[in-house]
Amino acid sequence: MDARVARLNSFDVDAAQRRCLRYRRRILDISQQVGALHIAPAFSCTEITDVLYNSLMRQEANGAYHDVFLMSKGHGCMVQYVILEEQGVLSREDLDAYCKPNGRLGAHPDYETPGIAASTGSLGHGLGIATGQAYAEKLKASDVLIYCLLSDGEFQEGSTWEAMMMAANLKLDNLIAFMDFNDFGGLERMSDGHPAFYPLVPKAESFGWEAVEVDGHDELAMQEAVLSRRGGRPMLVVCRTVKGKGISFMENVAIWHYRSPNKEEYQQGLKELAAAAR
Amino acid sequence: MRNRFADTFYELGKADPRLCVVVADISPAGSIAKFRNEFPHRFINTGVSEQIMIGMTAGMAQRGLKPFAYTIATFTLYRPFEMVRDDLCYQNLPVTIVGVGGGVNYSTLGATHHAQEDVAIASAIPNLSVIAPCEPSEVEAATRWCALQERGPVYLRLGKAGEPDLSKAAPDPWIFGTLRRLRVGSDVCILSYGPIMKRAFALAQRFEAAGKSTTIVSVHTLKPLDCDGLARILQTYAQVVIIEECAPNGSLAMRVKELAWNANATCRIDTFTLKDAFIHCYGSHDDILDAHGLAVRDLSAHLGLQ
Repeated sequence: MDARVARLNSFDVDAAQRRCLRYRRRILDISQQVGALHIAPAFSCTEITDVLYNSLMRQEANGAYHDVFLMSKGHGCMVQYVILEEQGVLSREDLDAYCKPNGRLGAHPDYETPGIAASTGSLGHGLGIATGQAYAEKLKASDVLIYCLLSDGEFQEGSTWEAMMMAANLKLDNLIAFMDFNDFGGLERMSDGHPAFYPLVPKAESFGWEAVEVDGHDELAMQEAVLSRRGGRPMLVVCRTVKGKGISFMENVAIWHYRSPNKEEYQQGLKELAAAAR
Repeated sequence: MRNRFADTFYELGKADPRLCVVVADISPAGSIAKFRNEFPHRFINTGVSEQIMIGMTAGMAQRGLKPFAYTIATFTLYRPFEMVRDDLCYQNLPVTIVGVGGGVNYSTLGATHHAQEDVAIASAIPNLSVIAPCEPSEVEAATRWCALQERGPVYLRLGKAGEPDLSKAAPDPWIFGTLRRLRVGSDVCILSYGPIMKRAFALAQRFEAAGKSTTIVSVHTLKPLDCDGLARILQTYAQVVIIEECAPNGSLAMRVKELAWNANATCRIDTFTLKDAFIHCYGSHDDILDAHGLAVRDLSAHLGLQ
C-alpha cells in the first residue's frame, strides 16, 4: 500500500464531518451578533477549508503550518476564522468582536491578522499574490506549497486568467488552487447568466494547468485529487459545491450570499445541523 | 535616468539575492539586460499583463523577496490600479513600482501613454511613498533607498533618457522625505521635481538677470511631503514658484497652497502645472510641455520676466 493510500485510509471522515457541523453552527451563532455576513459562501467552502487545515497542509513540530493557505475568496473567511479559533490561532474574544469596532476581524480577511496570508475581499487578487508567493518559494528552493481558494466568480476576473497564464509559464507545481464551484455569483446562477464560463477543467488545462473536478463536500475526494496529482505544473481542483450547504432554505438561494438569518431562521438552521449530526 | 536606474539596480542586485525585477513586456534597458542574463530567475516578464505583474510582486514580498515592478508609468499605476492599492498599499509591502516616462515623457505616443496625473494619483493612496528624481544622480540615490527600505511600497517615477546632471553643485545631499536645495539664493524659491527641473534652472537664470537671487529646490519626495521644510520656505522667501509636470488636481502646487494657508504665509506664489486636459499634440517632450503652457518664455511672461 503506497503512502497516498495509507494517508487516505487513515483520514477520519466522521471526525471531519463533525468538525464541519461545528464550524457551521459557530458561524450561525456569530450571525446573531451582527447584521450581515457571508454565510452561504462560507458554507459552500467549509469542507474545502477543513481538508486544507486538517489534512493537506503540513505542520511543523511546533504546530505552525509549513504550507500556506490564501483565502482569495475573502467573503468566505468566516469558515477560516472559526477554524483558526478552534486551533487557538484566533481567540474566542476575536470572534465575539467580529465586525465590531473593538475587534480585529472584518467581513474580509486582513493581512497580518494571525493566520491570514493576504488581505482579500476584492475578487481576482488572490491567485496573483499566490503566484508570487509560489515563485518566491521556488527561488528559495523550499518545498512549501501554496494553497489558494478562489470562488468560481473570481474566474470571471481577467486578472485571475493573467495569473493562470503566468503560474503555468513559471511551472509552479507548488501552487494548488481550489475553485469553490457553487455556480452562484451574488446575483444569479452563473450557468444561467454566463454559459460561456463553462467548461472549466478544459479551460484550465488549456492554460497549462493540471485540473480535475471533484465533489467539494467530499474531503476524501479532494485529498485524493491533490495527492495523486501528476505534478510539473500548477494544479486546479474544481470543487462542485452547494452554496449555503447544510441549511435547506439557504441552499442555492442567492439572497443568502449576504443575508443574516433572523431568530426563527437561526433556530431552524440549528435544528437542521443537529439533525445532520445524529 | 533609465540607464542610471539600471546600473544602480544591477549593482545592488549582485549583492542582494532578494532583489528581483518583474516587468510587463518592456525591453530591459542597459544593465537590466545584464541583470537578466546573470540572474535569469530574478528577472520575470509577465508579458502584457500588468495586474499579475503587481500581484506577483505582492506575493514575492510576503515571502521575503524585494521585488521591483517595472514598466511604462501609465501601465504601472493605471491599468493595475486596484492591485497597487490593495495588494501593495493596503498590505503595506516593501515593493518598488518603477514608472518609466512619468508625466508626458512619451510625447509622441498620445495620452494613452501620458502619466500626466501619476504623482497625484499615487499620492492619494495610503502607505505609498512617491519619489520623482529630477536627474540621474537623484535616481541613483533613490534607487538605493528603495532597495534597502522596509517601510512599505514606493512609486519611483523616472524620466527616460538624456536628463542633464543638475545636482553637481547641490549643497544638500539626497535624503528621502527631505527637500533638497540644488542651488541657493535669497529672494525667490523655485520648487520642482522630475525632468521638468531643467526649466526651473532656465527660469532661475531669468530671475537672476532681473536681479532676484534664486533658490532651486528638488521636491523629489512627493509623499511623505516635507511639510516643515515647505513651511520654512514659505516663511523665508518673498516669492515661491512651483513648476511641475503633473495635472493640477492633487499636484504639489495644490499642496503648497494649502500649506501656505496653514502657515499664514504672505509670500507671492506662482504655480505652473500641466493642464487639466488631454491635449492632442505630438512632438518632443519639450513640445508637449510647451503645449501645456509650460514654455519658459510663457512662464517668464507670466512672472513679468524678460
